Order: sequence, then C-alpha cells, then structure tokens
Amino acid sequence: MTIGIEIAYLIASVLFIIGIKYLGKTKDARKGNVISAVGMVIAIAATLFTLEVLTLLEIGIAILVGSAIGLYYAQKVAMTKIPEMVALFNGFGGLASFAVALSDYYFKRDTDLASLDAINLTSIIVSVLIGAVTFTGSMVAYLKLDGKVSGQPITFKGQHLLNLLLLIAFFAASVLVFLDPSQVNYIVILIVISLLLGILTVIPIGGADMPVVISLLNSYSGMAACATGFILSNNVLIVAGSLVGASGIILTQIMCKAMNRSLVNVLLGGFGQTVASGGEDGPAVVVKEIGVEETAMLFDSASSVIVVPGYGMAVAQAQHVIRELMEQCEKRNINFRFAIHPVAGRMPGHMNVLLAEANISYDKLIEMDDINEDFSNTDLVFVVGANDVVNPAARTNPQSPIFGMPILNADKARTVIVSKRSMGKGYAGVENELFGYPNCLMLFGDAKQTITKVVSEMKDMA
Amino acid sequence: MSISALIVLIYVLVLASYLGFELISKVPPTLHTPLMSGSNAISGITIVGALIASNEMGYSTLSKWLGLVALVLATINVVGGYVVTDRMLKMFKKK
Repeated sequence: MTIGIEIAYLIASVLFIIGIKYLGKTKDARKGNVISAVGMVIAIAATLFTLEVLTLLEIGIAILVGSAIGLYYAQKVAMTKIPEMVALFNGFGGLASFAVALSDYYFKRDTDLASLDAINLTSIIVSVLIGAVTFTGSMVAYLKLDGKVSGQPITFKGQHLLNLLLLIAFFAASVLVFLDPSQVNYIVILIVISLLLGILTVIPIGGADMPVVISLLNSYSGMAACATGFILSNNVLIVAGSLVGASGIILTQIMCKAMNRSLVNVLLGGFGQTVASGGEDGPAVVVKEIGVEETAMLFDSASSVIVVPGYGMAVAQAQHVIRELMEQCEKRNINFRFAIHPVAGRMPGHMNVLLAEANISYDKLIEMDDINEDFSNTDLVFVVGANDVVNPAARTNPQSPIFGMPILNADKARTVIVSKRSMGKGYAGVENELFGYPNCLMLFGDAKQTITKVVSEMKDMA
Repeated sequence: MSISALIVLIYVLVLASYLGFELISKVPPTLHTPLMSGSNAISGITIVGALIASNEMGYSTLSKWLGLVALVLATINVVGGYVVTDRMLKMFKKK
C-alpha cells in the first residue's frame, strides 16, 4: 500500500473527528455532517484508487444500488419513523461488517491458509459475533418499533440459561476454529450461534426500553466496523468504528440514567410484565374532565405555559397545531416553553427533531434539569401524549416500577391539563397518579382535533 | 500479523475511543437523534473493507459475493445516513 493512500485515510479520520466536534453545536451541526461526509468520500476514493480496474463494473453497480436505496429511504422516511430507520441501519452496518469478515476468511482459506494466524482468526471471530448479533438484534428491534412484532417483552423459562449455553458453545466452536482454520463447518456453527444470540438478547426487552436498545446496537455497529479494521489492519475503520462505538455507549448510559435503570437490568428484560400482575389496584383514580372552551380560557389567562410532549403527540401528528397554539400564546405575551424529558419519544433526542420539523425554534425546548425548578411557579402545564415522564409515583411510590426515575415536575404547576385519547396506561404499563391530583384536568379526545379547536377558540377571543 | 502491528492498532483503538467519549459527551441532547443517524453513516466506513473484499479478495466467488453484499449495505448506510442527518439538521432553526 502506498503512502498516499495511508495519508488519505489519515485525513478521512481527522475529518470524522472534526465532523463530530461540530455536531456538538446546534448552529454548526449541519456543517459537521458535511465535513464527516467529505471524509467518507476521501476514504472511498482512496480505496477505489488501490483497486484493479477489472471488477469496477460490479463495484459500480453495487454502489449505485446502495446509493439509490439509501437516498430514497432517507428522503422518504417520516420523522416519527427515524428510530426504525436507525435500527435498520444499525443492522445493515452489522451485516456489512459480518460479510466483510467472512469474505476475508474465505479468501485467506483458499489462497493462503498460513495467513490465518491467531490474531487474524480472533479478529474474524469477534467480527462475526458482533456483526451477526448487531444484525439480528437490530432486525428484532426494528420489528418491535415498527409494530410488526408486539412490543411486549418475550420471555420464557430458561432463557438466560440458554443464552449462557450458546455463549459456551460459541467459545468451544472458536477453539475448534483455532485448531483447524480450514474447517468451514466450525465457522458456520459460529455464525448460527451469533445470529441466534442477537435475536435472543433483544426479544425479552420491552418496547419502553427500545431507546436503550437502539443506542446500544448503534454502539455495536461501530464496534463491528472496528473489528473489521483489525482484520484488514486498517486504521480508518478502527478510528471511525471507535467513534461510533463510543457515541452509542454514551447515549446508552444517558438513556439508562433517565429511566433509573442499570444496563444489566434493561438487558435481562421482562420490564413491564410484573407490573400488570401487581394485584393491589387500590382505589380507582377519579379524574376531572375539562372541555375545549375552558382549556382555551385557561391558556388565555395564563402568563406562563410549559408543554410536556411525548411520543403520543407525534402519533396524533399534533406538533403542528401545537406550534399554532404557541403562536396564539406568544401573541398574548405568554411565556411558552417545552420541557423535554430525555426519554420522550422513542430514541435519544427524538422529540427535538419532531418539534423542529413543526418549525418550533430549538431555544424553546428546555431540558429536564434546566426547567424542573420552574414548574412550581408556572400557571399552566399542558401534557400532550406523555405519561410516565410526569408520573409523580416515580417520586412517591416505592412500589411503582418506575420509582426513582427522574421525572418532570409537572404536578407542581398551578394547573395541569392532560390531553389524552382515553384513560389508558403509559408505555411502561403503569397507572398515572397525576391524573387524580386536584390540580389536574383531563382533556379527552384526539390531540390534534382537540388542540385545533382550542386554537380556534383562542383566535375568536382575540 | 505481528504483535507489534497489533499493538499499533490497539493504540489507535484506545486513543480514538477516548477521543470519541470526550467529544460525544459534549453533544447536547437536542442533537442526539442526528448524532445517531450520523453515526450510522460513519459506521458505513465498512464500505472501505467491502471495496477491498469485493475486489482484491475476490479470489473465490463466495468471498467476492460477500464483499458485494457488504458493499451494497454499507453504501445504503453511508448515503442514507448522511442524507437523513442533513434533512434533520436543516430543520433545526432558532428564531
């Protein structure tokens, strides 16, 4: 390999790092993404340069097909479906690394068996494991997010024992590969076990924990690229892979902290199941209803409003009418802000994207830690499609499965209005104490329709 | 691969991971979704491995086909990841 190509890879690595640095500032983020893309183009161009011209046709077709699919999907996907897209792309990344590792194995086996030394075999085995687990795990996560498979945790007796046995079998088969690298059968066993492990580790995890899972799989897809870098002794793969690996791990930690769960607890799964069979129902929550006109009047007379959005808002496609509501309030000089819980939406930062799409300025979106003090001197809190993140049981009820989870102190405001389709439980399957509070009023009905009516009432008042 | 070559790769891994932790812990929560889709694009760096696999390694048919499959998938990640991230970041506005 010539020095020129190595330098190109070095430049690409630096551009990825600079790109991520720029992603840390909202106004520069778009530039950062472009810088990172330039790095990618340089890495691809340098690699193409080393190739023989012979197979350029197949390579060209593969790149064209991939680009067309990627471009089409990226332009068509709805912002509510970004978690599904990220899950799918995590899986593609894993599968690509897996395929490169296998390709390298077959090539070396057929041409130069001696080059399959211990270091190389270890890299290939690790790459196959991480790549395959990322692939099948991400597919299960995708199907759960997309509702093609129930979001309920799937658990069965002896699940953890089975995973342990598979892991032991994986190590045993790895030893066999080391003893006789030419035996494809052992590699096939490794592949099958890895694919199974990916499925088995994600099925017990419930829908509410998906933000953790896709963050973790995001990290795995980076680690898979990293492992491939070790097979090919390629530094740019290792640098880019570690950046993604680190990013996924940080997001995983943030999500776990926001739900007051340990990663092990999430991965063992089954969350939300024991809750339903809790038994002690206690007195049914008595709620007070409010109508559209009264809601409009409350907004009209408030001087400060905080909206707590949840994924339900996006499902009802209510974010655009909420912007109109904001405009009405701002006309009246009402201080109007949004309180964003870290796990609002279905992946880290999802709510911010959904509100940005509705043309809501990002400085109106306040993080939990920065706004939680303000609830107690706020006139009106409007909860739209959120549930568990405002459930005071997290503070007060040690029996509750969400106890200890940091929540938005919506209940401390003078008045709370909750827009809700009907009396149902939250994603975690937990009853919400807030709805029974004396300062809480329920605005039943489809969020988009009811808020549209509230907005038109407010327009009439003006 | 020699041990000393491996050590160099491990150096790169450790330092890049550390840098990644430092940089990404500074990304505000507002940008976490674009960060993840941007990571999807960057993890498409496997495209480099896929290009090598679908050509240089294209000795047996199987290894070549595996390389081409990897190439399609990695290209989807690279193109799709960067485009969707740009689409999102374009919407982040301050009035």
